Amino acid sequence: MTAETPRTILEVEALSVRFPARQSLVKRLMGEPRREVNALNGVSLQLLQGETLGIVGESGCGKSTLARTIVGLIRPDEGRIVFEGTDISALGKAESRRFNRRVQMIFQDPYGSLNPRMTVRQILSEALTVHRLRPAAAIPGRIAELLDLVRLPADAAEKLPHEFSGGQRQRIGIARALSVEPEILIADELVSALDVSVQAQVINLLLDLQERLRLTVLFVAHDLRLVRHISHRVAVMYLGEIVEIGRTEDLFAAPRHPYTQGLLDAAPDLDPARRSRVASVRGELPSPLALPPGCHFHPRCRFAFERCSAEHPELTARGPTHCAACHLTEFGCLDQATVLSM
Amino acid sequence: MIGLTRRPAPGAHPPHALRVRDLTTTLPTDKGRVAAVSGVSFDVAPREVLGLVGESGSGKSMTLRSILRLTPPQAEISGSVQWGDDQLLTLSPRRLRALRGRDIAMIFQEPMTALNPVLSIYRQIDESLAVHTGLDARGRRARAIELLDLVGIPAAASRLDEYPHQFSGGMRQRAMIAIALASEPRLLLADEPTTALDVTIQDQILKLILDLRDRLGMGVILVTHDLGVVAQTCDRVAVMYAGRIVEMGNVAEVFRAPRHPYTRGLMGSVPQNGGERRPLLSIEGTPPGLSAMPQGCTFHPRCAFRTDRCMASEPPLEPAGPGRAAACFHQDQVIAARRAR
Repeated sequence: MTAETPRTILEVEALSVRFPARQSLVKRLMGEPRREVNALNGVSLQLLQGETLGIVGESGCGKSTLARTIVGLIRPDEGRIVFEGTDISALGKAESRRFNRRVQMIFQDPYGSLNPRMTVRQILSEALTVHRLRPAAAIPGRIAELLDLVRLPADAAEKLPHEFSGGQRQRIGIARALSVEPEILIADELVSALDVSVQAQVINLLLDLQERLRLTVLFVAHDLRLVRHISHRVAVMYLGEIVEIGRTEDLFAAPRHPYTQGLLDAAPDLDPARRSRVASVRGELPSPLALPPGCHFHPRCRFAFERCSAEHPELTARGPTHCAACHLTEFGCLDQATVLSM
Repeated sequence: MIGLTRRPAPGAHPPHALRVRDLTTTLPTDKGRVAAVSGVSFDVAPREVLGLVGESGSGKSMTLRSILRLTPPQAEISGSVQWGDDQLLTLSPRRLRALRGRDIAMIFQEPMTALNPVLSIYRQIDESLAVHTGLDARGRRARAIELLDLVGIPAAASRLDEYPHQFSGGMRQRAMIAIALASEPRLLLADEPTTALDVTIQDQILKLILDLRDRLGMGVILVTHDLGVVAQTCDRVAVMYAGRIVEMGNVAEVFRAPRHPYTRGLMGSVPQNGGERRPLLSIEGTPPGLSAMPQGCTFHPRCAFRTDRCMASEPPLEPAGPGRAAACFHQDQVIAARRAR
């Protein structure tokens, strides 16, 4: 990124998404109120032009819901999404289509997200025609260009998705997303289904494409090592909330939230000399239907004190570009021993 | 922990070690039989954790299943699997069944499919206890509670009569480990036991397996695709590619200086601290299909170190220093390239 302050391209403001929980007929007849899962609970963040923002968290933390809500696949219950100064829910039909073109999503499952009966050429030309990006005569040239961009051989155009390996299929997904010249790419668990050596190929491709096409990327993943590798900034989510957000170097050098610290310690290090025999985070994720009061993380947190079970911590500043939601505002600045003795 | 130390087994077995030699498992396909596992040899000492690491299709799970002959019926297994005085590949089905679950237990990746959904957790532990121990019904129930306690299931006594669907993913994996441990096995075969779990739960389960290894003195073979899991959990590692072991050795040494280009590529593919936003050292191409194995070294089409020799003949797995072995003609160049980086 350049030295000048980067422009905010997309802003998420106090976004909440609730899903109704399953309820038995008897309970419904007895008039019990329908219970809801808070998939997203007042999430706010800014996506800066040209950056990669990583969203990391364990299953059920709401990271995929966030990605899907941003591209409009899920309607938020509260809050809004502002793209270049306009609330996207207020967009007209034509504008909304323009937004859909400029913000593209790539899905986790390269097997399920491509039509198995369409050749790569058909898949790519469909996107180009729908958004009227190229005259019919220019489409073959553009397809060749796109295949070259994602490093697939030119003869790939005539093949069906099942003829490709997982990594190649993910490249087709990327080519399809790029075909409409988007400004923002939302990648939801882009490489999770791939083998390690193939993961690295796709990650390298994404890094290269971002530089060349000046893309803004929202990279959603559960793998901390990947998110750390690819992101300029990282947001850590837990049970529908952002618990920490900051520049990658700052966040990983000195996490300011015990959950981030726990995630970091739990991720298996490649250095066999750095072993620990103590599990980093105790307990399990609570049921999203019965969230613990106060800080949602307190039952698993080894630093919890009385206030944590009573009062919900807000996301507050820990530095110019760093925020965390923890009552221990000093967490991470002191050495561990001091915190433990507090 | 109450009462869960190793009891002297009837007949007081000597400590067993597993000796696998030239294990080959073939499967029929349209194009004739193909080898999913090809000439695999390794030992597992008591208390040792051996990691089998590789990508999908490398034959790591099939190796594990071949040890207990838990392969599809059309598979043919050859070679030798020596467990104490028993040759597992030729043991009678009856004796093999008695040994499975008692001496050698196995846990799987997806506990929801490995557990029986219509039996309570207690019934599933009891099944193993009834067959492998001489305890009466009351004794077995007490022991089942002890086991759930041992694997870290809170309120074990009250959860014993619950069903698998009432357990979370991590708790199901713990329950499966409890069932595997019911007979106090001497060897635990773990097939990607944490792949379906979140990272904090994976951390808990791996540490549990290590604690149990210490307490019960059992050997463990841990199959995984995650090099980080190997680095944090295993004593020795065997790296598999296309059905073969391409490199083997002490974990610390293999990670310090990999001798096979595939091991080197795998390690480079994992993002490391401090390498932010720099290209990863990836491996070009994809692993070969079983029915289209390349001539010579099976890795050569993806290898940056290949020469004509690699395309013509297959490098054998040869000793390279104490406890180390690698199957590559150009090990010295691989080591040198690492220094140069």
